[in-house]
Amino acid sequence: MTTSPFDSYRPPEEGGRRRRSGVRGAVTGAVSDASRGMAKGRTSWLSRDGGGRREAPAVPDAEFSSYYGRAIIKPVPWKHEIPAYLFVGGVAAGSGIIAAGAAVTGRELLRRNSRLTAMTGVAVSGALLVADLGRPERFLNMMRTVKLTSPMSVGTWILSGYAAFAGATTASEAARMVPLPERGPVGALARLVQAVDTPASVGQALFAAPLAAYTSVLLSDTVTPVWLESRRELPFVFVGSAALASAGVQLVLTPIDQTGPARRFALIGVVTELIAMHRLEEHLTELDLDEPVRTGAGGSKLRLARALTVAGGLGTLLAGRSRVAAVASGLALAGASALTRFGIVEAGIESATDPKYTVGPQKRRLEERRDRGQVHDSVVTVR
Amino acid sequence: MGYLARQLAGRTDPARDAGWEEPPSRKGFFTDTSICIGCKACEVACKEWNALPMDGDLDLTGNSYDNTGGLGASTWRHVAFVEQSQERISAARESGRRLVDLGMPTVGSPPASPEASSRGVPAGYGTLPAPPEDHGPSLGELLSQKESAENGDLGTTLEGTPMVGPLPEFRWLMASDVCKHCTHAGCLDVCPTGALFRSEQGTVVVQADVCNGCGYCVGACPFGVIERRTDSSVSVTGDGHVPNVGVAQKCTLCYDRLSHDQEPACAQTCPTTSIRFGARDDMVAAAQDRVAQLHEQGFTEARLYGANDDDGVGGTGSVFLLLDEPEVYGLPPDPVCATSKLPEMFRTAGVAGLGLLAAGAVAFLGGRR
Repeated sequence: MTTSPFDSYRPPEEGGRRRRSGVRGAVTGAVSDASRGMAKGRTSWLSRDGGGRREAPAVPDAEFSSYYGRAIIKPVPWKHEIPAYLFVGGVAAGSGIIAAGAAVTGRELLRRNSRLTAMTGVAVSGALLVADLGRPERFLNMMRTVKLTSPMSVGTWILSGYAAFAGATTASEAARMVPLPERGPVGALARLVQAVDTPASVGQALFAAPLAAYTSVLLSDTVTPVWLESRRELPFVFVGSAALASAGVQLVLTPIDQTGPARRFALIGVVTELIAMHRLEEHLTELDLDEPVRTGAGGSKLRLARALTVAGGLGTLLAGRSRVAAVASGLALAGASALTRFGIVEAGIESATDPKYTVGPQKRRLEERRDRGQVHDSVVTVR
Repeated sequence: MGYLARQLAGRTDPARDAGWEEPPSRKGFFTDTSICIGCKACEVACKEWNALPMDGDLDLTGNSYDNTGGLGASTWRHVAFVEQSQERISAARESGRRLVDLGMPTVGSPPASPEASSRGVPAGYGTLPAPPEDHGPSLGELLSQKESAENGDLGTTLEGTPMVGPLPEFRWLMASDVCKHCTHAGCLDVCPTGALFRSEQGTVVVQADVCNGCGYCVGACPFGVIERRTDSSVSVTGDGHVPNVGVAQKCTLCYDRLSHDQEPACAQTCPTTSIRFGARDDMVAAAQDRVAQLHEQGFTEARLYGANDDDGVGGTGSVFLLLDEPEVYGLPPDPVCATSKLPEMFRTAGVAGLGLLAAGAVAFLGGRR
């Protein structure tokens, strides 16, 4: 659109990528929303054309309106406990699969270490989830109902089932480690625990898969733009992350002669996660929603996570020869997974606090539908 | 459509889907922002009746007369104030005309009131959108006095009636926002404890004594309505008690009052009938009548929000008449209930989970030494 003869002197606009960095305030000279502390300590994206501190640009890049730059949707009120749970729960889930594999292939140390890791992870997970509740003393209300429309309810039951099996396999390991009397009630209990070892191990592996994957649905089934729009890629990011993190933990804990399968598991996880994460960013770029995953605190965590994933993956290739290399790459992989979870959660919350990520994609898809002549499903009607 | 498919998307009767047998008619609001005067009586009545605490310190936002900010745990009605220049009014009118030209769906039967068309001429802007008949001075009378001044070309209404006055240089949009009580409510779908439930009137209500404050509903609401009450809330009662801290809170459509055949506090107190309460079908019909009337009077920018049962949330229980694009009022332009995509999400996650098991099998059995 040319509005002035001087426009011809401007450099050509970048093709393809649409960047929206600003909005049209509801009022001429939009006012910063100081009361809610929306942009405490940093310059709000809104105040760039107002607030009286600077001169407003002559031609505002008016893409859409907003109500004083206030967020339309609300971010989930989750603190660091939830991304920490995503990481620890992923480690627990992957460890369950490693434990089952180690049990089948007779790798004693790997089995013991991964089972204990799984149990620790599941216990920490539960504690983190309870701690993040607004009313922690009511955590048992989660068990009032089974609700398939709620990924959190489904996840609660998956975690509970996994915890039950992990408890059984941990008891079995404890029975092996501690010398127990053959006779009497303790001996009977030890024999019972040994008898359920195999079914519990299978059950743990079967519950591990949904435990690693459901957390992606937990995030995607919200209106948080970045999470909802990455619903096709996020499950693969999260299972890949679970695989490489749990394998990384075993690279640290277990001697290298038993961690061959864990290294392969880690490499599959690394490849899966890198590909899925790349596709996630591509998809968000198409929707012009990639800013939160590329910039800001979330973006830098995700960049660091990628570097650590690649480094850990390359280190894993050498980890069969040196315990030091194994420990280093294991730590890198676990750190990468934690950073990925924190980065995804922070990017999502960032996308919910800025109305441009809500209004922009919604208006574009609305326009696309209108261009196709599809108007029956609009929330706005006339007559 | 099957029972299960109906639960997540599309038009349906939410009370019956929730298992109510022989429910009463679905209730809802019709908020006509064209006659809102921004008195905030609805905010006050809501706070009073529901004994809601203060959100926090008393701050001035600098956003016109809106010092409430937005809907939240302790703010269940919120009056938005938007100040617009002539340019923005003109843009709003253009976008409204475009909606008509697009052939936006007509919800239900067309209102077609012959009585309305006879009262029509002349049309145009006074200083404010005209109130409905019987509730204020007739716009026709006001404008007929100016008829002599009519000489310029000020455009026409949708029907082609010439306008008699210019666009005002400034206008104030005021709109009372509230929980939408969606047909497909994201908050209700994702609640893991069953604290949120569908009432027999088709509304969505939180049981504060069941909610454990997981906060999932907050992220699932496409309108940013529901919120968890924080301990920064300030009591307004003598004993200093703030109820339900850490628990998700939102408009109940005065479930307690409805149970005693009373209308919600906000609707009862509204002095201009901008907030109307009743059976949702009646509210949608009233909204259609009103938007047709405004169009006929030349207010082409008038449009309905939430009256379409085919939209992303299956239609809202609270229907609005707006005078500009929804995002101007802080409403999403294309809200979608995330749970409508849930089957797809669980399928993808299932594939990923099976992949993880397969990866484990390959890792242990594939390269066995």
